[in-house]
Amino acid sequence: MSLRARIVVRRESFRLGVTLGVDAGQVVALLGPNGAGKSTVLAALAGLLRPDEGRIVLDDVVLVDTERGVHLPPQRRQVGMVVQDYLLFPHMSALENVAFGLRARGTPREAAHVEAMAWLDRMGADALSRRRPRELSGGQAQRIALARALVVRPRLLLLDEPLAALDAGTRPVVRADLRRHLKAFDGCTVVVTHDPLEALVLGDRIVVLEHGTIVQEGPPGELARHPRTDYVARLVGLNLLRGEAHGQVATVGADAAVALAHEAAGPVHVAFPPSAVTLSLHRPHGSARNTWPGRVADVEQHGDLVRITVDGPVPLLADVTPLAVAELALAPGSEVWSAVKATEVAVYPA
Amino acid sequence: MSPATAARPADARVPVGLLVPSLVGLALMLLPLAGLAARAPWTRLPDILGSEDVLTSLRLSLATSTVTTVLCVACGVPLAWLLARTTLPGRAILRGLITVPLVLPPVIGGVALLVAFGRTGLVGEWLYETFGLSLPFTTAGVVVAQSFVAMPFLVVAVEGALRTTDRRFEDVAATLGASGWTTFRRVTLPSVAPGVLAGAVLCWARALGEFGATITFAGSFPGTTQTLPLAAYGAINRGDAETAIGLSLVMVAVSIAILVTLRKRWVSGR
Repeated sequence: MSLRARIVVRRESFRLGVTLGVDAGQVVALLGPNGAGKSTVLAALAGLLRPDEGRIVLDDVVLVDTERGVHLPPQRRQVGMVVQDYLLFPHMSALENVAFGLRARGTPREAAHVEAMAWLDRMGADALSRRRPRELSGGQAQRIALARALVVRPRLLLLDEPLAALDAGTRPVVRADLRRHLKAFDGCTVVVTHDPLEALVLGDRIVVLEHGTIVQEGPPGELARHPRTDYVARLVGLNLLRGEAHGQVATVGADAAVALAHEAAGPVHVAFPPSAVTLSLHRPHGSARNTWPGRVADVEQHGDLVRITVDGPVPLLADVTPLAVAELALAPGSEVWSAVKATEVAVYPA
Repeated sequence: MSPATAARPADARVPVGLLVPSLVGLALMLLPLAGLAARAPWTRLPDILGSEDVLTSLRLSLATSTVTTVLCVACGVPLAWLLARTTLPGRAILRGLITVPLVLPPVIGGVALLVAFGRTGLVGEWLYETFGLSLPFTTAGVVVAQSFVAMPFLVVAVEGALRTTDRRFEDVAATLGASGWTTFRRVTLPSVAPGVLAGAVLCWARALGEFGATITFAGSFPGTTQTLPLAAYGAINRGDAETAIGLSLVMVAVSIAILVTLRKRWVSGR
């Protein structure tokens, strides 16, 4: 039981082309910036948008096959959807919302309500059954929306930014809750998000989409350690450089080199965290083997630390303490030296 | 009232160039109503309004406008849905045509109806020869004339409501397995219910006040086609000012009642 999808959508200034596989019980997080085409993928999977080209197969049922002119409407796909603002029907109670799918499929009212109540119970939302959507908090509305999608026993569950509408305070709780419910779901799940933490927590596998194309996919750990694009590197908070490795040195850019702890060869990605960078006003003579000159481009507060953007032959981000900023008198335009230990640098084939 | 206007001093001077024309305009609109109230035979009003002729036209007016409203809702809501939700070719033109009766002189509408549904008309001849059905100068004809002028009010109101609702609710309903009809009935319709209600009230009011198309297409026969406005016109024509004023007062009362009903939606400007 699984989902196999190839989706091509062409618009005037945009082309989306993705190949996606999700196994039963697996949660795939589709991560990407706004406008990358994430929601378009969901709409195509749900049947709300007809791809220009492609084939979507869910549990041996062909949902879409453009070559053979197959395109099942949403009603005939076993797909459940939960969107960012949940879209609970405002004129129905929570219970009626959950029962809607069953009623639409011909289940008699009584039986539908009994079944819907059981799902509310499962979601820990039985006390909310008589409430109207406007009387629900964001977290409660999300549980109702999830119950509404799951009650018709879909084989594919689609979540579009399911936590984006929540305030920062409740998000961690609801996220943990959602993760538990997704673990219990035995079908395929695709979660669309632009929040890397959400993708890392919810996804068994992360697929990164940029400009309509998949740029990287893999388990969360792999992605966090070895980003392959600037976007992913920024998301997971790593500096990413591309270069050519020869033994224990990688050349990056025109005239900069990075010393490596291990030997490597060929095109490589070089990554290190901003916290591994130390800044000084003069060329350092310490144990750090990588030192590059540069100029401060930006200074901003980043949690307890200060994040410095350094331009130069090796552009990078450095996290330093506020004390260091004061001592070095760092401001945009300051000339600085950046230093990184070779042991802090991760190298992997490009 | 917005905070900005509330903060202004209440005694701000109004320029004479604005004050005078607005008072003239106001007088033009309010004096006729004041005249009706001043000349109304208040003491004899119960007798006038209780007379068999007046009651007959009142009953006919209420019955035909109500049937017209039901007909307009039954056909107008699906039509509005078609205009708002489908990619029908020529939709823009269709939308324009539907609003024609809003600006067309109703008498011209009546002429058009005669040409179409008259006994020798485009459709009328076929209707008469096939079913023996003749619409002109019948109560059914009154309903047709009223529907012609009142339908646009309903379609425009409902289409506007449909356009402002979030279509993603309908998408969600579809993913939950609801057919197009179920989605319309259980999701779309409840969300535009206030728009349908407002449209129906306007439609009813317009039907109640209909004169030109009705008198042209259906004539003015007491008991079958003489509605309230036609009766008022007939009364004034034969010099019976008292009855005309009495009937007018009924119409004014109904109009004000409708405005009060719809106040929250339009008159308050929100």
